[in-house]
Amino acid sequence: MAIPGRSRPATAAFYAAVAVIVVYTVFPFYWAVNSSLQTPQELFDVTWFPFSFSFGNYAHVFDGQPFGRNILNSVFVAVLTVGISLALSLTAAHALARVRFRGRGLLLLAILSVSMFPQVAVLGGMYELIRSLGLYNSLYGLVLSYMIFTLPFTVWVLTTFLRELPRELEDAAIMDGAGPWTTLTRVFLPLMGPALVTTGLLAFIAAWNEFLFALTFTLSDSQRTVPVAIANFSGASQFELPWGNIMAASVIVTVPLIVLVLVFQRRIVSGLTAGAVKG
Amino acid sequence: MVAGGSSARVRAAAPPSSHHRRRVRRAWLFLAPMLVVLSLVAGWPLARTVALSLTDATLNTLDEANFVGVANYLAYGPPLDAFDPDAGAYYLYDAEHDRHFVLDAQTGRLTDETDRDHPIVYDRVDGDYVHAETGEPAPGIADPLFQWSGVLADRLWWRAVANTLVFAIASVSLEVILGVAIALALNAGLQARGLLRAAVLIPWAIPTVVSAKMWGWMYHDSFGVMNDILLGLGVISEGLAWTADPHLAMAAVVFVDVWKTTPFLALLVLAALQMLPGECYEAARVDGVHPVTVFWRVTLPLIKPALVVAIIFRTLDALRIFDLIYVLTANTEATMTMSVYARQELIDFQNVGAGSAASTLLVFVIALVTVFYLMAGRVRLGAD
Repeated sequence: MAIPGRSRPATAAFYAAVAVIVVYTVFPFYWAVNSSLQTPQELFDVTWFPFSFSFGNYAHVFDGQPFGRNILNSVFVAVLTVGISLALSLTAAHALARVRFRGRGLLLLAILSVSMFPQVAVLGGMYELIRSLGLYNSLYGLVLSYMIFTLPFTVWVLTTFLRELPRELEDAAIMDGAGPWTTLTRVFLPLMGPALVTTGLLAFIAAWNEFLFALTFTLSDSQRTVPVAIANFSGASQFELPWGNIMAASVIVTVPLIVLVLVFQRRIVSGLTAGAVKG
Repeated sequence: MVAGGSSARVRAAAPPSSHHRRRVRRAWLFLAPMLVVLSLVAGWPLARTVALSLTDATLNTLDEANFVGVANYLAYGPPLDAFDPDAGAYYLYDAEHDRHFVLDAQTGRLTDETDRDHPIVYDRVDGDYVHAETGEPAPGIADPLFQWSGVLADRLWWRAVANTLVFAIASVSLEVILGVAIALALNAGLQARGLLRAAVLIPWAIPTVVSAKMWGWMYHDSFGVMNDILLGLGVISEGLAWTADPHLAMAAVVFVDVWKTTPFLALLVLAALQMLPGECYEAARVDGVHPVTVFWRVTLPLIKPALVVAIIFRTLDALRIFDLIYVLTANTEATMTMSVYARQELIDFQNVGAGSAASTLLVFVIALVTVFYLMAGRVRLGAD
């Protein structure tokens, strides 16, 4: 179908550009899937299609290293991090969005600047903190340290969302004698489902993908999260990385994320833009 | 930021009632749990990192660190590895003049022991060395013995700073150009929009470590698809070691980062494009203005505020890059960034003092860039 007001060649060029963009963005993932389904022999020859459809690499991922455990670790850390962040930011966002008080602008600016903080900037102090709390090489240490990037984000996005709810809702609740807690839980919370899902999903992805803290604050293979496990995959020798296994592991941890992102794509786009554009 | 609206402004004008004061008190109560956690995980570790940067702490001696001032940043003095703790002195050698010296760490007295039977002793007076017996000044006697030390004197640190800036400038410029192009395509092509949006979200959703591994495999020098395609097209005559060759490694990293983060930028720009008023375009079309002119004169000025915010976010993100470079090219000098340098000092070399100093300097660089952007773009973040 031609775009109205444009000539046929222009339309063709436009769709060619779209095709190039799609290939550019999707190809690396296709290549990982392709490589993960090949036998080691096929991998030594650039093959564009996995003719053998061998699932050997997927089986290998789970023996020789606790990769199943690593996945559970990642799920545990990400779910706990998101749950705590949302709970803490719900009341905070209510205060920041619905009450005018001295220092609110400054507080929001401080929260925004923490979210743009380089993680390395706190690495020494965080190491010391986690050590002194006895949380080194523990998943709870990761949950604690991940608050530094999930919490500012969830507070910021939920504040943006709560600000846009009509004032009349709150006024009606106050007329009926409801305090802020009742207003939040009975009036606003039921309306916040979509915002909580989007914010939680984005925070989940951030926690799931985190690498620096997980690499630094855990030591044993059984406490590793998925990104660290994949980064540390090693073969018989240093020069002989098991690429088939690495690609299989990459596909295993990426497919759920891609499915989630595609299912929630509209909400994710609005969540991302709420986090940034309105700053 | 969108403030509370007109009703809030009317409220603010009214004298504060006891009801309002109670509301504010409860607001702080609502904020308290979040503030406590954020202070614990952000404020405290940051303060401790700055404090540790002024000590000689190592990973195993965190508790018994000594204050050393700014020595981790920059210091001028005898090389630390020349110190003999038993003698409490530095044993120094001036290669230029072939002379041996001993520097007493306590008294600061310098002894020329080249001729063991006739040592020449120098005292330190007001920062200069003088002959202990005659009182004659001995200018420059210590210069060949002393050296600059600390992060700021480390050639590798400055290499890391340069690498980080090159990486940030190259990747963010490419991302802006490509991101705006993709956003314009998304905004124009109504039929393809869903497909395109789904496609650009895929790189964004893939964990950085995983994308580093995927590209590492595509970049593989013998079995990688990158070399295969380029060889097939006749662009190169032999396979290139994309991640190992110092001349190619940075380009390889930038290419992956552009692939991964352009979608984010494209979506932000698209959101801005969709808020533009249609009348301007209608008027421009009726007047027969060339589309390229419309872009430069109408579209770009209108999306500039959103674009500036997106560029700031992306730049701050690029300046702290760690995962991609650490996994794709390891600790090679060609791609080492400030974050990689700081972690290497802190964890691999167990040098918490110097590593924390590098971390603190990274924050300083990022703060400088932010101030520069805010002034150049006249953006007011968090303005209420």
